[in-house]
Amino acid sequence: MKQEMTGAEIVLQSLVDQGVEVVFGYPGGAVLPIYDTLFKQNSIKHVLVRQEGGAIHAAEGYARSTGKVGVVLVTSGPGATNVVTGLTDAMMDSIPIVCITGQVPQHLIGSDAFQECDTTGITRPCTKHNYLVKDPNKLSPVFHEAFTIAQDGRPGPVLIDIPKDVQFAKGNYVEKEKIIIPSHRLFEPEIFKHDDKINEVVDLISKAKKPIFYIGGGCINSGPKASELVAKFVEITGAPATMTLMGLGVIGSSHPNSLGMLGMHGMYEANMAMHECDVMINIGARFDDRVTGRLDAFSPNSKKIHIDIDESNINKTIKVDVPVVGDVTNVLNKIIKTWKDKKLKTNSSDLKLWWDKINKWKKIDCLNFSNDEKEIKPQYAIQRLYELTKDKKTFITTEVGQHQMWAAQFYKFEKPNRWLTSGGLGTMGYGFPAAIGAQVANPDALVIDIAGDASILMNIQEMSTAVQYRLPVKIFILNNEYMGMVRQWQELLHGGRYSESYTDSLPDFVKLAESYKAVGLRAKKPEELDDVINEMISTDKTVIADIWVSKEENCFPMIQSGSAHNEMVLSKDQKQDKSSAEKGKILV
Amino acid sequence: MNKSVYDSPDTTAVSKRHILTVLVDNEPGVLARVIGMFSGRGYNIDSLNVAEVSNDEHLSRITIVTEGTSEVVNQIEKQLLRIVPVHSVSNLDEEGSAVEAEVALVNIDLNDSNKKKIYEVCDFYRARKIENENNSIIFEIAGASERINRFIKEVNQITKIEIVRSGPVAISTYKNAKED
Repeated sequence: MKQEMTGAEIVLQSLVDQGVEVVFGYPGGAVLPIYDTLFKQNSIKHVLVRQEGGAIHAAEGYARSTGKVGVVLVTSGPGATNVVTGLTDAMMDSIPIVCITGQVPQHLIGSDAFQECDTTGITRPCTKHNYLVKDPNKLSPVFHEAFTIAQDGRPGPVLIDIPKDVQFAKGNYVEKEKIIIPSHRLFEPEIFKHDDKINEVVDLISKAKKPIFYIGGGCINSGPKASELVAKFVEITGAPATMTLMGLGVIGSSHPNSLGMLGMHGMYEANMAMHECDVMINIGARFDDRVTGRLDAFSPNSKKIHIDIDESNINKTIKVDVPVVGDVTNVLNKIIKTWKDKKLKTNSSDLKLWWDKINKWKKIDCLNFSNDEKEIKPQYAIQRLYELTKDKKTFITTEVGQHQMWAAQFYKFEKPNRWLTSGGLGTMGYGFPAAIGAQVANPDALVIDIAGDASILMNIQEMSTAVQYRLPVKIFILNNEYMGMVRQWQELLHGGRYSESYTDSLPDFVKLAESYKAVGLRAKKPEELDDVINEMISTDKTVIADIWVSKEENCFPMIQSGSAHNEMVLSKDQKQDKSSAEKGKILV
Repeated sequence: MNKSVYDSPDTTAVSKRHILTVLVDNEPGVLARVIGMFSGRGYNIDSLNVAEVSNDEHLSRITIVTEGTSEVVNQIEKQLLRIVPVHSVSNLDEEGSAVEAEVALVNIDLNDSNKKKIYEVCDFYRARKIENENNSIIFEIAGASERINRFIKEVNQITKIEIVRSGPVAISTYKNAKED
């Protein structure tokens, strides 16, 4: 028998039915009926943030660290517009999110009512799909479809806008098992109709002399099994593997075949190997411009295999030879099976020559930096943080900028879902709320936001949230008083004119932490660093560790914009040639 | 035209006209999703036509004329397929045999001196006069866009006119063309 309940009750019942445990949100006029229903139940926990932008990044952190859908609940108007950045971030990085927004009652829509905005209109380009639900009977089908779409195929954010009168009105609830979603609305993998593609892939790899795996965030989205399969296939072939920023952790840093991260601030050996390879196997990456560098010089002599769940990524920027559209887990299962059935092998003497070459590039030691006895080098700070936290269940989140790249270079990830960063959109202010979300999902884990002094201020208000819910999140600030990456670009490309990139009047981060009743620590000298890190780890409270680092340190190696993989700049002294620097200046 | 921030290695491809026909669920916002994808990703729409084609299943057909290299149009098709309510996308140009037609309504400034000539042109192009309450001289012409272009050009040389055009719709000529 169908049950009649209010729209708000249907919303809550749908969330329960979908297995939702936590909602990140902020109340307001147009969602009061849902908050009222929330008050009367115990199955869903609500985490009150201090700005809606924090809610959606927290939901992203929750989703990325667990593989589950992150749920956000905000009000109409400013509540909805404040989540736009987070929705775009989740869209770019393929994070499953369901965002519920209140809307003014239907009879007021279009009248410029108080806190009214065209939420579905504003969020259309930054969601996978969105809904304005006008009938309480349609609420449960919409919710169940939304959760499916958010996770199906290439994951992404879905928004549901609910007018206040619909939240009050009575309607029927339909269980998720009874909802049939038409197949065209979901991801339909075409590939497995053609086995010849898989044959082509394995033949190409087995004949390769200089193969390389180029592994992206899609492997993480495909689930933990995918990472295992990728590692297994890399081992079977014996080929080197490099990972994108979003793909770190798919193959452990300590894995002998891992070359670490590639791209703009990636490893020299990874970029050189990408440039010189003869067969490139892209698994779940999208040839992002931070990865490819100049397109006309991108891996000029290779046959390219591209495994991606999103068909629009095929041939979008880089033309590939063998596209395979499908989920990494399915495709790799098939590839490994075919490889074994055909008893294929890579040529070990060819591979040895290839590894010899790669090992020569490794000897360059591209992450080398000159440590200092007086000042804490930011790279050294991350190295120590890694050494002192590597044996714990640690999640690292970051903001965006130099500290993010140093974290990616110097923190070694061994497992997927432990590294949470804003890759595609590059959202400063992501890391701290994402850490809150990750800590909510993993109460027993050590969650550290590696931050910069500028980025952390973008969502510093979430200190209240962390303290209120007793979340022992650690904020590890590499404080150089600059917007470091902006300053670096100004130094390299704009004649050292540091226009507006110095952050004057920074707060005293220790006192700031204390004012929120959290713990503030500070390290000014290298010899203080380990003690501060250890104290930070052992404190069972929200901690801000303010690490004073060298002010004008640059992040190297670097492919300057407009350059190719084999034109990496390894240090400040090695100047890029003028003409390509001029060309690169207009790029982002 | 490549969509990366970096120069494209591929500059030789030729740009040409393509007719895309997109079958969608007729639900609120679906047209905005489709045209928003075009503007958001920097593609052009030369003409756009949309109408419900199946009442009981709530399906609409959107016909879009666009111009681009085959790489660009291929990317447009893939991006359209990502939109949740989109059932199918066909590039009628690529499939070869398709027929297309559009309708134009032309309000003609008629007087005694040009009357004969204009009626001759209209007769030749089989444009049909539409009676109306204000006794304006309005002709309707249907057919291939090229033919309508020629008609408009000829009438325009004679007198002042006002035109509305539907933009082409097109259908595949294959028997039992399957949708999805």
